[in-house]
Amino acid sequence: MTGFGKVVRTTAFKLSAIYFVVFSVFAIAFVGWITRETDHFLTQQVRDTIEAEIGVLADEGLRSGMTGIVAAIEQRSRIPGASLYVVTDSQGRVVAGNVTEVPAALLKLSGLDPVTIPYKRLEGEKTHHIAMVQVLPLPNNFRMLVGRDISEIERIREVIGKAMISAVVLLIFLALVSWFFVSRRVLKRIDSVTATSRQIMAGDLSGRLEVTPAGDEFDRLAENLNAMLDRIVHLLHGLKDVSDNIAHDLKTPLTRLRTRVEATLAGPAEVETYRTALEATIEESDQLIRTFNALLMIARVEAGSPDGALGPLDMAQIAADVVEFYEPVAEEAGVALTISAEGPLPLHGSRELISQALTNLLDNAIKYVASGDPAEPNPTIAVEARQVDNEIVVSVADNGPGIPESERHHVLQRFVRLEKSRSQPGSGLGLSLVDAVVKLHHGTVAMSDAGPGLVVTLRFPAET
Amino acid sequence: MRILLVEDDRETASYLVKALREAGHVPDHAADGEEGAFLVDTNKYDVIVVDRMLPKKDGLTLVEETRRKGNDTPVLILSALGQVDDRVTGLRAGGDDYLAKPYAFSELLARIEVLARRRKPGEAETLLKVGELELDRLSHLVKRGDINIPLQPREFRLLEYLMKHAGQVVTRTMLLENVWDYHFDPQTNVIDVHISRLRSKIDKGFSEPLLHTVRGAGYMVRDGVR
Repeated sequence: MTGFGKVVRTTAFKLSAIYFVVFSVFAIAFVGWITRETDHFLTQQVRDTIEAEIGVLADEGLRSGMTGIVAAIEQRSRIPGASLYVVTDSQGRVVAGNVTEVPAALLKLSGLDPVTIPYKRLEGEKTHHIAMVQVLPLPNNFRMLVGRDISEIERIREVIGKAMISAVVLLIFLALVSWFFVSRRVLKRIDSVTATSRQIMAGDLSGRLEVTPAGDEFDRLAENLNAMLDRIVHLLHGLKDVSDNIAHDLKTPLTRLRTRVEATLAGPAEVETYRTALEATIEESDQLIRTFNALLMIARVEAGSPDGALGPLDMAQIAADVVEFYEPVAEEAGVALTISAEGPLPLHGSRELISQALTNLLDNAIKYVASGDPAEPNPTIAVEARQVDNEIVVSVADNGPGIPESERHHVLQRFVRLEKSRSQPGSGLGLSLVDAVVKLHHGTVAMSDAGPGLVVTLRFPAET
Repeated sequence: MRILLVEDDRETASYLVKALREAGHVPDHAADGEEGAFLVDTNKYDVIVVDRMLPKKDGLTLVEETRRKGNDTPVLILSALGQVDDRVTGLRAGGDDYLAKPYAFSELLARIEVLARRRKPGEAETLLKVGELELDRLSHLVKRGDINIPLQPREFRLLEYLMKHAGQVVTRTMLLENVWDYHFDPQTNVIDVHISRLRSKIDKGFSEPLLHTVRGAGYMVRDGVR
């Protein structure tokens, strides 16, 4: 594309062109209106003057007859001014007046409306002047012409015309200048966006758009795009972590599985040995499937596609159901499980996902408390759901060994299992799912010390 | 029981056909959606098992067409897509049950048998009886012989589901879905604990156990005399 073509295609050029056309039309219309109004006003004034003079002369005629009119005209003609007077006799000869040349045909007219004519005032004048005149018939075929020079009006017209042209020229100039600056500024910023996005497309995700202190639309756009890039980088890191962890946490059981089958095949061909090995293999593959499902689920939830429809929920009901569901498990582990939840606690979300998140928390808590300090005589887990201002707060508190503060944030990540829990069954995905579910519901997860023990607190925005 | 299996993976299909035959059923196999549709139209089956993604005609379309023709044979949809959304789409298309791949054969078999039974009349009976165990669905009372057995509401629903399918294997997942309406897999065997609690209430102190564990599959309520 040529440089000109590129410029013409820019938004700045198009906008400037539109503004230019709009303002030109407006300016021309405005100046035109002023011209017309001024013209009309001045012409009207001339007419009024002519009419007034005719009135005075007619009065004179009534009082003193023809001679009076002629005398009055002769007297007026001597006063220098813009007024024109001519009186002719029946042969068309000038009897009195201050005009030397008027179109002869004019005097034969007897129109009552003023007309515009060229005339000469002094003998031997080279150019014609322009006047507005009115011709009146007098007795004995005499005729009287009264008029006023209107070159003044013509001059005003000229001035306005010139002003109009200057205004349009100035507008073109201003439009060009503003287009130049606007387009330069806009193009520069857009070019910088283009350059940054090229850099990002080339694989360098660290690039960010420039945000100026001006705080204009471009800055807002840049800020949003930067936030979007941050989010993408975060997701990519998550993806990378997952693939690293999949490599580790799925490959390990797969290797174990394969080794077992291989060892069994290499060993003695006994039905009972085979059966035991196959059963263990199924168990192992079930665990793998479970881990795989959990990973897919987390990925789906994190990608923002909720599993199942989102709808109005009562957190008190959900918590009560989950506690009821887990109560026998807690009892079997010798853990007292209590709930305090008074509904309704309105919330918008997925029952399935929130139930699963709470289940995971309870599962973890039971494992922790049961494997905890044997000196703790009354292992307890307390589930609490309540509304605090605009938030639905659910907490699961245990009096187990707790999690050291430095490791708390860490455990929300995928496949992270604290050394203590390595011996326990589990995929290390439970809390990652909790984190993903809470984020999907625009909530937060917090972990704190229950002294002793751990409190996991989930906060969700309440439905209003 | 006549079962139609519409599954495009040859190996899976031949394994399933063999296993269903061993379980005492009469399976037919179709390798794609069109063949499946033809068999559905020309035969009478007790249960149709359809893979969701099939060559020539996909599973959901096959189910929708079957239903449009007024054929109400129970349909079990198999799919690699196991999320709740996919399940809802499958059931909306006219499926009666939905099973996500990979699944255990025992799970598939249990669901097929429950589906086939669902068609039989007399389903709305208010009094469920297995041996000397009675469950009254109206008064919510459970009796074994002359002894009243007090149950928690959820225990009642658990026993109700088991007794409704007396003589059939009921898997943990089926219980989770039908009694608790949860479609996820809890990390601990919560169901087992609920069952052992229920068992201690209905079987403890009686010589003949009614609630049996079917190894590698699930549970079954059955009159021991049979």
